[in-house]
Amino acid sequence: MADMHRTRQARDRFNFLWEWANPVKFMWFSGKALPWLIGLTVLTMAVSLIWGFFFTPEAVNFGSSVKIIYVHVPTATVAISAWFMMLAASLIWLIRRHHVSALAARAAAPVGMVMTLAALATGAIWGQPMWGTWWAWDPRLTSFLILFLFYLGYMALWAAIENPDTAADLTSVLAVVGSVFAFLSRYAVNFWNQGLHQGATLSLDKEENIADSYWIPLVIGIVGFMLFFVTLVFIRTRTEIRLRRVHALELRERMKDA
Amino acid sequence: MIALLARDMRLAIRAGGGFGLGLAFFLIVSTLVPFAVGPEGAVLARIAPGILWVGALLACLLSLDRIFQLDFEDGSLDLLATAPIPMEGTVAVKALAHWITTGLPLVVAAPVFGALMNMPEPGYWWIFVTLLIGTPALSMIGAFGAALTVGLKRGGLLLSLLVLPLYIPTLIFGAEAATRGIGGFDNTTPLLMLAGITAASVALLPFAASAAIRINLR
Amino acid sequence: MELTARDLTVSRGGVPVLEGLSFTLKPGQVLVLRGPNGSGKTTLLRTLAGLQPPLAGEVSLPPEAIAYGAHADGLKGTLTVAENLAFWASVHGTRDIEPALTRFNLLGLRNRAAQSLSAGQKRRLGLARLLVTGRAIWLLDEPTVSLDAASVGLFADAVRTHVASGGAALIATHIDLGLEAEIFDVTPFKADPDAPSRTPAAFDEAFT
Repeated sequence: MADMHRTRQARDRFNFLWEWANPVKFMWFSGKALPWLIGLTVLTMAVSLIWGFFFTPEAVNFGSSVKIIYVHVPTATVAISAWFMMLAASLIWLIRRHHVSALAARAAAPVGMVMTLAALATGAIWGQPMWGTWWAWDPRLTSFLILFLFYLGYMALWAAIENPDTAADLTSVLAVVGSVFAFLSRYAVNFWNQGLHQGATLSLDKEENIADSYWIPLVIGIVGFMLFFVTLVFIRTRTEIRLRRVHALELRERMKDA
Repeated sequence: MIALLARDMRLAIRAGGGFGLGLAFFLIVSTLVPFAVGPEGAVLARIAPGILWVGALLACLLSLDRIFQLDFEDGSLDLLATAPIPMEGTVAVKALAHWITTGLPLVVAAPVFGALMNMPEPGYWWIFVTLLIGTPALSMIGAFGAALTVGLKRGGLLLSLLVLPLYIPTLIFGAEAATRGIGGFDNTTPLLMLAGITAASVALLPFAASAAIRINLR
Repeated sequence: MELTARDLTVSRGGVPVLEGLSFTLKPGQVLVLRGPNGSGKTTLLRTLAGLQPPLAGEVSLPPEAIAYGAHADGLKGTLTVAENLAFWASVHGTRDIEPALTRFNLLGLRNRAAQSLSAGQKRRLGLARLLVTGRAIWLLDEPTVSLDAASVGLFADAVRTHVASGGAALIATHIDLGLEAEIFDVTPFKADPDAPSRTPAAFDEAFT
């Protein structure tokens, strides 16, 4: 990243591909897209939650507690996707130095963190009647707890550094290295507690165990929460861009005074 | 590079260098645990490998901010960045110096502290081996965290927040390998994973850490 | 070896401070950098030393040819004068620290711990480091801070000897060193915050 000059030239050559990453273009595009996104988000989330909560049969053994699945699974999906999105955005920033990319990564972190927390909380609420305990050191739960810690560290680093470009660089390096260690942790946790794995019948990868009547609203719910995530990231990125612009203007004023 | 290693170790050993603090901390943790969980031998023996691993990890964490912070403050890091040693080499050597002055004493002392915790005899060997394989990764990962936070005035707490999650795989495999070894089970897989984490950390993290330092020096 | 900067724009915290700088530092030449406080002299020196990338333009020499002397001397208080110097000597692959000790009148202090030195003595030790780098081009940032008149004389002598043997020095300083030097004032190169040509490219792509 030392040779910013060369990067800039390379970018000019592929401008047609990267134009959408230009802050002005992004502001224009996201401004147009947001009303539609918000509408679609409200629609899909409402359909899935209302369908899931009120129009699915109660499970034989678990009563209505199973219906928390319509919040639990989508939040968990978004929690993981958000980290992947941050990783991709960080790599784009490190390689191509698009400010929108770095700011989008920053914007995604709190959303991802809250989704992780929501997945953990709904898991605990669900787990209590199911397993008779709020918390078990199940690999899946533990991995989410670790993911939560990674989100915390990432956001704390953003918050700690004053210079925005330095912060973007360092958090991106952390996101890349952290991802490797997050994967390692996932593997390690599976290894560590392999014997006690429980409740896989309830999770996404065992979808054949869930009847269609549960499945369809769940898929809609996942789409809805994903749209929700994209909407929030768009809004937050727009705010970050405006903050950066304010920051840049302040610096320029200071420069004039000097 | 040898000069840098010698200098860092000399600085650690001289007055105010903090040599031995990690070891003392390790001893205190090992002493406090029995007070907290009770003197019952069977309980202590069962949790000993885990406690020793966590203790070693925290002791390692204590001195991480010294790896780059002092050199950053007195301008040495700027001069090292312009010196003919590649920054990756500087990072690796400084992590090595940290390991020799902090990690290695912990490795050597751990079996003794294991005795305090009523650990069965194979435990002495296994805690020694797992810490010997694992602590270089702790130093190297810690050096990466220290490189990220070197420009910050009060980076200590943030450093812990960043580094501890990164320590999770090392801790899991290290403690697991020790526990299994003590129980007489096959611990090849966790040992290999532990060695793999150390090897990969030592090989790759100097690049990430030196990138972070260059960003911080800008 | 000749240090040439072409059309250099340097930035501090992402904001350009000096732009369009071009100059050449020839062997045997001393260039004195002038400019008011905060005008970007330190930023320029750090950029030339390779510690931060220029926003635009280029520097002809790799950082390996340059010895950078910053505000901070990079000394370790618990090491002795000789140990401090010997460390930097072996980092740079030179062994002999005696000439450097002699030139900055540090022989009598060689076994003192650096923390017990006065500010001026520390500075002399910091400047002696330049001699053991064995590098031809010196970039010095306010090298005479806390030096007394005699020590300034020692420093000027060292620069004179260095330059006479084919070296060169770029020195940011406000005092007259009594050297045969050209003055290079950076004030005219102060970056214009409103320059339309630069804003889209060098500031943020479209933070306009």
